[in-house]
Amino acid sequence: MGKTLYEKVWEAHEVRKLKSGQSQLFIDLHLLHEVTSPQAFGMLRDLGLKVRYPHRTFATVDHIVPTHDRTEPFQDPLAQSMLEALRQNTKEHGITFFDLGSGNQGIVHVIGPQLGLTQPGMTIACGDSHTSTHGAFGAVAFGIGTSQVRDVLATQTLAAQKLKVRRINIEGKLAPGVYAKDVILHIIRHLGVKGGLGYAYEYGGSTVEAMDMESRMTLCNMSIEGGARIGYVNPDETTFAYLEGRPYSPKGAEWEEAKKRWRAFASDPDARYDDVVTFRAEEIPPTVTWGINPGQAIPVDGRIPLLEELSPEERPVAEEALAYMGLKPGQPIKGVPVQVAFIGSCTNARLSDLREVARFLKGHKVKKGVRALVVPGSEWVAKKAEEEGIAEIFREAGFEWRNPGCSMCLAMNPDRLQGDELAASSSNRNYKGRMGSPRGRTVLMSPLMVAAAAVAGEIADAREVFGIGR
Amino acid sequence: MLEKFTTIRGRAVPLRGEDIDTDRIIPARFMKVLTFEGLGKYLFYDERFDETGNPKPHPLNDPRYQGASILLVEAGFGSGSSREHAPQAIKRAGFRAIIGESFAEIFFGNATAIGLPCVTLAPEDLGVLFKAVEEKPDLEVEVDLVSKEVRFGGRTAPLFIPEETREALVEGLWDPIGELLQAGELLDEFDRHLPYPRRSE
Repeated sequence: MGKTLYEKVWEAHEVRKLKSGQSQLFIDLHLLHEVTSPQAFGMLRDLGLKVRYPHRTFATVDHIVPTHDRTEPFQDPLAQSMLEALRQNTKEHGITFFDLGSGNQGIVHVIGPQLGLTQPGMTIACGDSHTSTHGAFGAVAFGIGTSQVRDVLATQTLAAQKLKVRRINIEGKLAPGVYAKDVILHIIRHLGVKGGLGYAYEYGGSTVEAMDMESRMTLCNMSIEGGARIGYVNPDETTFAYLEGRPYSPKGAEWEEAKKRWRAFASDPDARYDDVVTFRAEEIPPTVTWGINPGQAIPVDGRIPLLEELSPEERPVAEEALAYMGLKPGQPIKGVPVQVAFIGSCTNARLSDLREVARFLKGHKVKKGVRALVVPGSEWVAKKAEEEGIAEIFREAGFEWRNPGCSMCLAMNPDRLQGDELAASSSNRNYKGRMGSPRGRTVLMSPLMVAAAAVAGEIADAREVFGIGR
Repeated sequence: MLEKFTTIRGRAVPLRGEDIDTDRIIPARFMKVLTFEGLGKYLFYDERFDETGNPKPHPLNDPRYQGASILLVEAGFGSGSSREHAPQAIKRAGFRAIIGESFAEIFFGNATAIGLPCVTLAPEDLGVLFKAVEEKPDLEVEVDLVSKEVRFGGRTAPLFIPEETREALVEGLWDPIGELLQAGELLDEFDRHLPYPRRSE
């Protein structure tokens, strides 16, 4: 009987069994950011412990950084203190820190892959639930809490329990104007936000095989929104081509050796899965959310469900969502006015996302009254986008071109919704209050659909706005 | 020596709603802190207070439930962000256990790691418990991790929790750091054999 990648990676990293029956799992790569790490360093200090393998931890600052003016000290002294704490902690413990202006600062899940730190067959942990993103490379990558950040700093290991594996096949060719973001929203819509509890998701099939690495990252990124702490794609030639020549990728003779090693981690053809689900790519429409969790999603040309169309379990949350969003059952989602358009976040702020939008946005203008911003995923992405003229296309269209960070996705910096503003957003969470206003509303969609909403001033079908596929 | 969680006894607050995410449990703007101290007062802040800081109707604001030490929730509790600030806020607001239908995994792990047991009941039993507590806010509820049951108002319902977690809570092994450290040189062996990231020269 063959094994899945998840099982192989697990076996290669299981240090021993703990008394409780859990496993002690070695973590190859540990990523840090400023929000979930200061308390962990505090705990180390209280326990008199050191960072055991500083070369396996890398840090950056993303959540709290202002994206308009990064002059220090920041206007928000709390944000400044978090940055200072991370600088101090990484310096004291000999950890590499990609600081503001280093050229490598950015959203932690953008810079790991970009630098070649993220590699197949690795275990990767970070105090951030979107660590699942790194699974795109065939890594077992997952979010942890702060006490576990302490555990990794002190021992490079975690106490962990093995998950089941669900294989999610996506077969066929995506229609023009349909992206990885639509695929994952479609999956969550059908499997539910709790559907992944207890599972790691393995994504495969011809659609996934044809995806570039950055699309695979978008797909894996939102595994957690489907309840799965881990999502991954088996490594293949696309993976290796992406990694070749990156700053932390293996070089020279090591490169061929590494590829051989990585290939062996891919799931065996006769691997046994605890569950298998298959979707048809042709049936996946541009998808948008209408509610307060990412599972409350519909095709952009669809209508918000009537309560009687939902299962009895879904109804209370649907009613809560409709009241919060100010929407009505049976109403088309198209045409709902938007006040803010946000392109950014660890889901969709990579160079390929921005390139794709720029390709269609050129020559269009953001509707008057819509506040539209692009927050590139990293300093490197921002620089490349400037060089390629992408930034200028966004600026000309009326988007604000900002500095990299998490920005409005969770609004720990000054970028936030006001009152009950509704944002078309390429981020990952439409939870109540997520974008910084307790009454603010979020509609999740692909970056191109955000651009379409910005141009139309309302939720719109990007295929119509930009004349795609006809 | 870590606390051994065998039974937790107290009054319970019924908090209805499925898929309650950690952004709701503690909004991100309250995470601009360097310690977890004082987070209890921000628990469910935007659900409990309006934009001018006035209390809204909410079970946690209800005087009948003041002093409760068990939080009663529905399915999918703690979804979303991995912020440990969420279970920290719950614990620091005085809660010693959570009973629900199901929990998001990262939340569950974070809660366990700080000694905040989360147990699940079958939906029917949970429904009965919710009703009982809503009707009688001073009802005493008992979570027994040894006999694996929840007792209230003369009823007994079987509770569910992964055996490894239960073991860790009952034996006082829920914070694994001591045991992880004991692996000692075995860790160096893994560090040598797993090639990347490389040590910088």
